[in-house]
Amino acid sequence: MAQINDMMGSFELFQPTELDGAMDLLRRHGEEAWVLSGGMDTFDWLKDRAKRPTVVVDLGGIEELKGIQADNRTLRIGAMTTLTEVANHSEIRSRFPIVAQSAEKVATPQIRNQGTLGGNLCQDTRCWYYRAGWPCYRAGGNTCYANAPGALNREHSILEANRCVAVTPSDVAPTLIALDAEMEIRGRRGTRRVRAEDFFIGPAIDITRMTVLQPSELLTAIHIPDTWAGRPMYFEKVADRKAWDFALVNVASALEVSNGTIHDARIVVGGVAARPLRMRETERAISGHAPNDQTLEVAAQAAVQGARPLQFNEYKVALTKNLVKRAIREARS
Amino acid sequence: MSDNGLIGTDHVPKDLLAKITGRAKYAEDFRADGMVFAKLLLSPVPRGRVRSLDVRAAMDMEGVLGVLTPDDVPSISGATEPILANEPLYQGQPIAAVAAVDETTAAEAVERLRLDIQRLPFALDPVESLRPGGPNGRDGGNVMKDGEVDTLKWSSAEISRFESDTFPDDLPVTDEWSVGDLEAAFAASDLVIEEAMVYQSQTHHPLESRSAMAYWRNGRVFIHCSTQSVSQTRRAFAGYLDMDEEDVVVISEFCGGAFGSKIRGSLSDMIPALLSQKVGRPVMRRVTRDEETAFGRARPGLQGWIKIGFRSDGKVLALDSLMIQDNGPFGRSGDMVMFGNVLSLAYQPEAMRHRATSVFTNTPPRSAQRAPGGLQGSAMVEPLLDRAARELGVDRMAMMKLNAPQGRARFGPNQNELTSAFVHEAVDRAVELFGWNEKKEWNGRANGSKVTGVGVGFAPFVGGSSGFDGLILIRPDGKLYIHQGIGNLGTHSMLDTARAANDVLQHPWDDTEVVWGDTGKGLPWSSTQSGSQTTHAHTRANHAAAHALREKLQEIAAGDLGGSAGDYDVAQGRVFRRGSPGTGLTFAQAAERAIALGGRYSGEELPDDLDPMTVHAVRRMVGEGLISAVKDPYSHDGSTWSSVITCCVVEVDQETGVVEMKEIVSVTDCGTVLNPRSLEAQVHGGVIQGMSSALLERWAFDPRWGANSNKRFYTAKPITILDVPSRPLEFAALDMADPETPVGARGVGEPPVGAGAAALISAITGALGGRYLNRTPITPDKIVALLEGSRTGYGRMQTHV
Repeated sequence: MAQINDMMGSFELFQPTELDGAMDLLRRHGEEAWVLSGGMDTFDWLKDRAKRPTVVVDLGGIEELKGIQADNRTLRIGAMTTLTEVANHSEIRSRFPIVAQSAEKVATPQIRNQGTLGGNLCQDTRCWYYRAGWPCYRAGGNTCYANAPGALNREHSILEANRCVAVTPSDVAPTLIALDAEMEIRGRRGTRRVRAEDFFIGPAIDITRMTVLQPSELLTAIHIPDTWAGRPMYFEKVADRKAWDFALVNVASALEVSNGTIHDARIVVGGVAARPLRMRETERAISGHAPNDQTLEVAAQAAVQGARPLQFNEYKVALTKNLVKRAIREARS
Repeated sequence: MSDNGLIGTDHVPKDLLAKITGRAKYAEDFRADGMVFAKLLLSPVPRGRVRSLDVRAAMDMEGVLGVLTPDDVPSISGATEPILANEPLYQGQPIAAVAAVDETTAAEAVERLRLDIQRLPFALDPVESLRPGGPNGRDGGNVMKDGEVDTLKWSSAEISRFESDTFPDDLPVTDEWSVGDLEAAFAASDLVIEEAMVYQSQTHHPLESRSAMAYWRNGRVFIHCSTQSVSQTRRAFAGYLDMDEEDVVVISEFCGGAFGSKIRGSLSDMIPALLSQKVGRPVMRRVTRDEETAFGRARPGLQGWIKIGFRSDGKVLALDSLMIQDNGPFGRSGDMVMFGNVLSLAYQPEAMRHRATSVFTNTPPRSAQRAPGGLQGSAMVEPLLDRAARELGVDRMAMMKLNAPQGRARFGPNQNELTSAFVHEAVDRAVELFGWNEKKEWNGRANGSKVTGVGVGFAPFVGGSSGFDGLILIRPDGKLYIHQGIGNLGTHSMLDTARAANDVLQHPWDDTEVVWGDTGKGLPWSSTQSGSQTTHAHTRANHAAAHALREKLQEIAAGDLGGSAGDYDVAQGRVFRRGSPGTGLTFAQAAERAIALGGRYSGEELPDDLDPMTVHAVRRMVGEGLISAVKDPYSHDGSTWSSVITCCVVEVDQETGVVEMKEIVSVTDCGTVLNPRSLEAQVHGGVIQGMSSALLERWAFDPRWGANSNKRFYTAKPITILDVPSRPLEFAALDMADPETPVGARGVGEPPVGAGAAALISAITGALGGRYLNRTPITPDKIVALLEGSRTGYGRMQTHV
């Protein structure tokens, strides 16, 4: 651990204005390079000297990564678009209100003005042990401090833990998975697209990363298909405070309902595992049923199937169940 | 109070423009020629012993000027706090400081300090320390008794009783008092309620951290710092440095928040002072948020039991309290003492016992935080009165009135008498302003998953001291100069208390200069700006100094223009003959005459009861005008307390545990109102801070490593403006004068936090159908766990989780 915290060290700063220039820099500096978008995740790491990159590549000057384009079939959001822009965009608000709502629930107005959608999706976990520089599994060590007896794990995972019990911090990620969005990724061999659901990874896949992004890759845009536009959807975030807080649990849903019957559903929960979890069992359990109390109970139970709460977070089981019920019951088009 | 009418009217504070334009200079904004920067090495362990500290690699770096180590600072004795520690007693305690040409270099040099530290067993939870064989927070013991470090251990059976489901009657403690026949009072009670409660410790979170810059010149040390009370800080710093007060200059014109954490500046301000002395350059030591949370201050947590006996009409007959205080590593915090006094005053029980013990823990140092002990007391006990009202079928406000201290009520172990209290009037006002009789019916009303809760909190706290000095001048420019040794916390009290002098002298505010914030300008001995003393103490001191000044003006005029002093009046910058206003002197002329007359007019002769600091201040100004320096001469019979009643409406979501504040209404009894707008802001701010404390502020330490998990705002979670109801907060002040002080004003900085916390907890309890959450902060996880029956994971009395 660093011998001094909250004081940024020195590094070489690059501020490319073209995406190609940024890619060149990442290629040239490899794992030494740190990608800076809005800085809301980065500056903590750099100030606490828990991450010591020698090179920082600031994407803030690359115009092609910013902005929102919509056509009938899809909506493309540049990764460097601020959360404020996402929250205020009329097309997003009308077609995909939960994206705007979730962006609006991130942190504070000031942070949303500075923080970007791409940064929100790619940010690292907020496990305080890890972020304070403790040498845990995720940091390359051989223990999990948050899962030790008596450890402070009120905020940690109840599902899919694998050595590490950290959780995904993003509020927007669950809504993008619910809407079946795709991530546009630029890498050495050009551009590829990954389904939002597959973009986030848990510790069983790679304990040191939260996403599939490789060191020389950039998330460049998010594409939201029109599939779920206009259908009932729901987002809710539960946190201690109304602002400047990460979710204890958040939930997003998109439903296809006709004649009082749910025909299709996508339900995603954040804050319960290292990645936003699509609740496939829940989705299966409610498809073909009316959203009555019995269906909701089955749905909620399915969502927490296999949950293994830690010492201080058993409440997350009940909270997840309640939120999943709400995400079905309260979904509105 | 007078025709001049400044008391009781709004004004635009003279420092407002500087603050809103950013021109106000806080400690961190100052620069001095040749200034260098310091960064600190903090203890990585909660308790340890430095085996060695090798500074060579750091000193070898280009740009590094020196390292201050524990060997360079004054030694200490007993349980006092050292400036730098060889045997740190909490994680984050400063061990060394490096001075370098810039902060980047200084930080790199800190990383090159080679610290070899032995990790020692440490205490986090006070109850763990009380267990047989439990860890002690200090060498030699875990408690302070009769001023000495001592050891107190409970047997396993005693620990079990403390953690059981019933009130523990007989546990050994260090402190105990009682009044009345407790057993008889409980026997006479129709309802007895007992409850265990854990109130968390919490950091002060001043927005301005305790940065400081210091330099030495001509044998004097100049320290730019952030402090609540300027003159008192000068005396404290002189003590720390073992110097004459005149050789210590404290500059702190603005203080960006403190809440009790900077009453006399900070001990850590000595680091730049001593480092500057060592390296021979001015030293700026900026404090980061991480450091502020580490070695700033915190409110002591309290864990314990309350038992209350009620008569069928709601009258509190008996009150028994047992509190264990999380003391941190140094000295002894007063919260547990004030806790007992506040309850005794607030409920006027016929019999009461208060038992308490403060246990050393290896957690950040504690100090008073806005209503120390009072916040915890009101927050823990008001909801129990709520429950009693429900069980007895008594109206809560009627019950409050029945128990309230009124007039010259008595309280505490010595049954001290109040100067005055008008709580009955405050209750009536709150009932009317809030619409209590209508809104109390909303309690428990459900709307989908959301349930409404309505709550009220009553909180008294001390509101004034006396006996300090006033210092006022009229210079030959004809202006009135009011010197204030108190600080500028943003409450405007350094201005508002000055206006008492203007009213005595019938002098326009625009022709008045208030001098504050720099002891080099000659500041009188003043109260600490803490404990809500200032309004009371310094309206008195300035009132007295203005009266003495008035007499001198009258004497000078009579001497020059004939007649006797009593024939003259003072107003609008003149002293003039009553009935013949044309005959008189302007203030400018009177100042010139005072300089010529010398003696008691020019400051050459002074009353002999002045504090030496005031005498020194005047000595610098002798011959500069007509000077009045006096010690507060007024009688002060009784103990001065103010109070606040807050009513609130909340909505609790039963599915998510989220609490939403909907309405807040507060009424205060704080004597005469000095500055209505500022008072209202002060009360609302305090109420919100109390709600923040009860609802949000997190204090959790890893039990194995003794590390604080909440060192940043986003993890410690003080309330934000977006958590406050969008509906405007409502407010009323009784504006009824306290008879034991000439201006009638009492302080009210502290009571609102207890009222806010108590009202909020009561409202949440109301929404939960009377189910009581005996642990703060009441975060959603706790509400969900209560409603859903989830396991919480912590023990009944466990702290730091």
